[in-house]
Amino acid sequence: MTFTNEQLERYSRHIILSEIGVKGQKKLLGAKVLIIGAGGLGAPAALYLAAAGVGTVGIADADEVDLSNLQRQVIHTTADVGRAKVESAAETMKEINPDVTVNTYRTFVDSSNIMGLISGYDFILDGTDNFPAKFLINDACVLAGKPFSHAGIIRFKGQLMTYVPGEGPCYRCVFEEPPPPDAVPTCRQAGVIGAMGGVIGSLQAMEAIKYIIGKGELLTGRLLTYDALKMEFRKITLPKRNSCAVCGINPTILMPFDYEQKECDLK
Amino acid sequence: MKLTVAGNVKEYEDGLTVAKLIELEKVETPEYVTVSINDEFVPGDTFEETVLNHCDSVEFLYFMGGGAYDIHQ
Repeated sequence: MTFTNEQLERYSRHIILSEIGVKGQKKLLGAKVLIIGAGGLGAPAALYLAAAGVGTVGIADADEVDLSNLQRQVIHTTADVGRAKVESAAETMKEINPDVTVNTYRTFVDSSNIMGLISGYDFILDGTDNFPAKFLINDACVLAGKPFSHAGIIRFKGQLMTYVPGEGPCYRCVFEEPPPPDAVPTCRQAGVIGAMGGVIGSLQAMEAIKYIIGKGELLTGRLLTYDALKMEFRKITLPKRNSCAVCGINPTILMPFDYEQKECDLK
Repeated sequence: MKLTVAGNVKEYEDGLTVAKLIELEKVETPEYVTVSINDEFVPGDTFEETVLNHCDSVEFLYFMGGGAYDIHQ
């Protein structure tokens, strides 16, 4: 493909970077990234991926925009309250960059559809809140051999890691099993500073972009933690767990499955 | 003995176990924390008997949700 003059101007700050250039920008335009959850993490990630010219971005989310989302989910506006999140997000992304094809999936992601959803994408971004969904995304990506970015945010803290097939531990290596419902506080119960989604969601977009252009070091085998009150970032080494049920030596998880979700988290 | 706990070097009593360190450090949700010593995971059912040694580096890894609430059925 050749760039139009408009594209050369739009992506000029990328193209001038030695790590990206014309070649890297072409890779971005040819890449497909799926964002699961158009919330606090998915919203800023989707904005930056669209602006960067990632050619195809999928967004999966079953929910509608709620007034309480707007404190952090910056892809939606007040006028979008009540609309499907995927529609609202797609509209904003296309307004930012008409080069981008946005695929919307207004659906709950579960074991019955996740393999089909992720199959057409190069990189998956986990923007979900609940642990059953996070384990489901991990298992599906490991089984399908797809790289993905995991992240979590709560209060003034956030963390993320990147899984690349064959290159390090998966999320289940670190945490093994989801905690029982209510054992660990969620954002709804504990709150989260809105800008935290911006910090961590943007870092997830950064990981996706670095994976696509093939430059730099990814957060494989490392958990990056951020404490906003202490203004402290730390990188913690994550080993692989040989006994991991999905990526270990003798895996017992051979297909994705759903953990039970607590009733009041259903919305 | 000296330990590096979550990046900070501090003095601790000899013979300290992982379980006791979790208590001392007031780890949040101690039942659901993952612990690594010198970049190796400690099996969750061995916190009581795992004794820390001088110069060990200990990390606590916490569950963290975040993002959207509404993905799962």
